[in-house]
Amino acid sequence: MRESNLRHMIRDVKEGRLGRREFVARMAALGIAAPMAGTLLMHAGVATAQSSSFQYKPTKRGGGGVLKMLFWQAPTLLNPHFAAGTKDQEACRLFYEPLAGWDAEGNLRAILASEIPSNENGGVSKDGLSVIWKLKSNVTWHDGRRFSADDCVFTWRYCSDPATTAVNITTFQGVKVEKVDDLTIRVSFARPTPFWADAFVGARGVILPKHIFEPYIGAPARDAGANGKPVGTGPYKFTSFKPGDFLSAAINPNYHAPNRPHFDSVEIKGGGDAVSAARAVLQAAEYDFAPNLQVEDEILRKLEEGGKGRAEFIESGNIEFIAIQHADPFTDVDGERSHPNTRHPILSDKAVRDALNLLVDRGAIEKYIYGRAGLATANFINNPKRFRSQKTKWEFNLAAANKVLDAAGWTRGADGVRTKGGRKLQLTLQTSINAPRQKAQAVVKQAFQKAGIALDLKQIAASVFFSTDPGNGDTYQHFYSDLEMIQATVNGPDPALLTSQFCSWAMASKSNRWQGRNITRWKSEAYDRAFDAAQQEIDPVKRAELFIRMNELVVEDVAVIPVVYRPSTAGVRADLRAPLSGWDNNLWLISDWYREV
Amino acid sequence: MFNFVLRRLLIAIPSLLGISAILYCILAVAPGDPFGDLATNPAVPAEVIASLRAKFGLDDPPWLRYAHWLLAMFQGDWGYSFVSRVEVGHLILQRLPTTLFVVGISQVLAMAVALPVGVYAAVRPYSLFDHLASAMAFVGFSLPTFFTGVLLIMLFSIQLGWLPLVYQADLPETGWAWFAAQIRQSLMPIMVLALFQCASWTRYIRSAVLDVAYLDYVTTARAKGLGEFKVVLRHIVRNSLIPVITLVALQIPAIFGGAIVTEQIFRVPGIGSLLISSILANDTPVVMAVTFVFACLVVGFNILADLAYGWVDPRIKND
Repeated sequence: MRESNLRHMIRDVKEGRLGRREFVARMAALGIAAPMAGTLLMHAGVATAQSSSFQYKPTKRGGGGVLKMLFWQAPTLLNPHFAAGTKDQEACRLFYEPLAGWDAEGNLRAILASEIPSNENGGVSKDGLSVIWKLKSNVTWHDGRRFSADDCVFTWRYCSDPATTAVNITTFQGVKVEKVDDLTIRVSFARPTPFWADAFVGARGVILPKHIFEPYIGAPARDAGANGKPVGTGPYKFTSFKPGDFLSAAINPNYHAPNRPHFDSVEIKGGGDAVSAARAVLQAAEYDFAPNLQVEDEILRKLEEGGKGRAEFIESGNIEFIAIQHADPFTDVDGERSHPNTRHPILSDKAVRDALNLLVDRGAIEKYIYGRAGLATANFINNPKRFRSQKTKWEFNLAAANKVLDAAGWTRGADGVRTKGGRKLQLTLQTSINAPRQKAQAVVKQAFQKAGIALDLKQIAASVFFSTDPGNGDTYQHFYSDLEMIQATVNGPDPALLTSQFCSWAMASKSNRWQGRNITRWKSEAYDRAFDAAQQEIDPVKRAELFIRMNELVVEDVAVIPVVYRPSTAGVRADLRAPLSGWDNNLWLISDWYREV
Repeated sequence: MFNFVLRRLLIAIPSLLGISAILYCILAVAPGDPFGDLATNPAVPAEVIASLRAKFGLDDPPWLRYAHWLLAMFQGDWGYSFVSRVEVGHLILQRLPTTLFVVGISQVLAMAVALPVGVYAAVRPYSLFDHLASAMAFVGFSLPTFFTGVLLIMLFSIQLGWLPLVYQADLPETGWAWFAAQIRQSLMPIMVLALFQCASWTRYIRSAVLDVAYLDYVTTARAKGLGEFKVVLRHIVRNSLIPVITLVALQIPAIFGGAIVTEQIFRVPGIGSLLISSILANDTPVVMAVTFVFACLVVGFNILADLAYGWVDPRIKND
C-alpha cells in the first residue's frame, strides 16, 4: 500500500467518510497493529474516541463486594519493573498506574495524565523530539502523599539505571525526562520519535513513588521492602501477598476518578492449571475472572454451555508461527551450530520454502485445534478475519506444493521422500510441550508426508525451551533444528520490537550468548534498509508504509511461516463487565470494572 | 541408648552433606534457568538478563555456588528466592501451616479409619466385611489422586455446587463462619488424600494383624477366658502395631513434603506446590531448602522410628 493511499484513508476518517474502526481493521490486514493505526490518526488530528462500547454504569464508589480473580500463572512479585511476565504486570496494575493506557482498539486513554498530548494541544512537538505530559492534580499515593512530576522523573531514573536491572529499561533509556512544574513533565528524545507513546504508557510505563523507592535505586533495587508491599496510585490498596499463592487488596477511598472503583476488595488466587481455572470461572462461577486461558476451544465451548460465564477473545499482536532456520543447524562451526555464516542446505531453496508455506493447513489448525483462540493468518504482524490483503494471503494447496517441488528438481525416491542432488528432503520440527502445538505438529507432518517431505517431530519441555541458559542447545534461540513452532508475544503496541527480529545484525549466536532476537538467522538487505528507515522516520504515515513493506518482505521471502494469530483468552463471569485490552494488560482499567446486577 | 542416638546423629551428618551435594549437582546440571520468562520478552535487553545472572551468581561454577550455599546454611541464612525475592525460610513457613493442616489431618483420618477396619478384617478373615474392606482398599490405592480429585470436583463442586473447588489459605470470614468455610474447602482434598493413604494402610494393618492373630499366646489368652475384645485390643493389636509404628514414623516426613498432585488440583498452597513451582522455575534456593529440610526430616524420623521400635518391642536392644 502506497503512502498516498494511506494518507487518503486517513483523510477519509478525519472527514467522516470512513469509520475509525474500519480504518483500524484495514490497517491490521496490512500488518499495522491497532495502536499504531491509532497513532496515525492521532497524528493527523483525528479526535481520539473513547472506547465507546464500554460504559461505566455504577453511580457511586464501592458497594460491589469482592472481585475474585484466578491467575493460573501465579504472580510472584509486585514490582512492575521487575516483572518477568505478564502475570506479575497484571497484579501490579491493581496498585500502580501509568500516565495513559491502551484500550482494545488501540486508542490511548489518559489515566494519571490530565489529557493525551497531541499536535493540537501542543503536547507533541512538531519536530518529534519532545512530548509534554500534563498530570492530574488530585492524585495521591496510597499513603497520602501527593503524586507529582517528581515521581515521573524518578521512575525514569530508576528504570534507566543499568544497575537496577529493570526489565523495562529499554522503554526509558534513550529518553530524557525533565520536570517543567509540579504537574508537567517533558519527555525528550535523542532522535525524532514518531511513536512517542512508550515511556509512561501502558504495561511498561507504570509510575513508582519517589518517596518510597528513592533509597533503592540502582544495585539495592531488589531488596526494597516495597517490592512486596506496593504503594501506588491505583484503585486498590495492598492488603496481603503470598508469592505464588494469594494477593488481596482493598478499595482505595481516595481514588482520583469519581465513582470508582466499584468493588470493595480484590482477591487474586494463583496456581494450578489453565483448564481448572477455566472451569472455576465458566462452569462453577466461583471466580469472576481468569486470564490467559490456554485451553482448547472445544473445552471452552463445553464449559460455556452452562451460561455462567463466557470466554472472551481479546485481539492482540501475538502470532503463532513456524520459524524457518536459514543457517545450517547440523554443521558445527567453532563449536557452534546454526552459525549465522552458514546457510541451510535445503531451506535456502526458495521453492522448498514456498512449498512448505502451501503445505501448512492453517484452516484446519484454526478450525480443529485453536478455534476462536487462533485465527489463520498469512501476515506476520496481524490479520483479523474480515479483511484480507490481496498481496499476502494464505493457501493450503497440496497439488501446487507438489508442482513447485517437482519444478525445482526435487524428485520422489522409492520410499516416497523427495531427493535432489543426493540430499533427502528430511526436516525436523521442534516445539514446546503443549497439547495444541503437538496437534498442530501432527497436522503439518501429515501434509508434508503427502508432498514427499519427511518430517521428524521433537518436543521440548517449556521450561527448557524458553530458558536463557547459554549452555543448553534445546532453547528456541539456539534453534538447532530445521523448523520450530513458537509464538511471538507482542508486549507493546509498537511494531518496532516485533520487527527487529528480522534484522541481520540481530542474529542469535554464541557471540551474543544467543540473546540476539533474529533466531531464524534470516538475511535481507532490503529489510535492513527498510527497518533503519522506519527507525528514523518522523512521519507516521511513511513509517506505517515502511512497516507494511517489511511485513510483505518477510512473508514473500517466506522467512517464517505465520500460522495463526492468537488473541488472548480470558474467562469472565456472566455478570462481570470488564474492559479488556490486548495492547496493554488485562487489568489496565481495573478501576472501571463492575458487576451488573 | 544414648550412645545409639549419638552414633546415629553423627552418621546422619555426612549423609545429609552428601544428600545436599547430590541435590545441588542435579540442579546445576538440569537444563533451564530462572529467567526463561525474560528470554521470550523481546523488550528485555540481553544486558539485563546477563547482569541478573551475574547478580544471582548463576555464572559461577557449580562447586563455588554449592560452597556459598553451604556456608550460608551453616550461618542460618537460607537465601532468597530468585523468583519472588522473599526469604526462603519465610516462604516455607507461609506454606507450612496449610500443609500440616490438610495433609496432617488426612493422615490422622486415614489411620483412624484404617486401624479399626484393618483389625476387624483380619480378626474375621475372608468374611463379607473382609472382602468388602479389601475391595475398597484395592480401589482406593489403584485410583490415582488426580483422578479421584477431579471426580470429586465434578460431583461436589460442579454438579451439586456444595463445596468450593479452590482452596484459599486466607479466608475472609471470622469465628464460626470461618470454621465452617474451612471445613467446606478442605473436605475434598482431605478425603482424596485420606482415601489413598487409608487404602494401603488397611491392607498393611490387616496383614500385620494376621501375622499375630494365630500365634500361640493369643490362643492362650482366649483359653484363659479373656473376652474377645480384650484379646484383640491388648494382645493382638498391641503386638501387631510394632511394624505399623515404624511405618507411620517413616510416613510422617511425607506429610511435610505435601501431596504434590492433590495440591495442584485443589490449588492448596502447600509445600508440595511450592516445590513443584520452584523446580519448574529453576528457583534453586527454594528447591535446595525444601529438599534439604525434607532430607533432614527423613533422616530424623528414621532415627525416631528405630528408637520407637526398640522401645515398643522389648526384644530389641538398641546400643
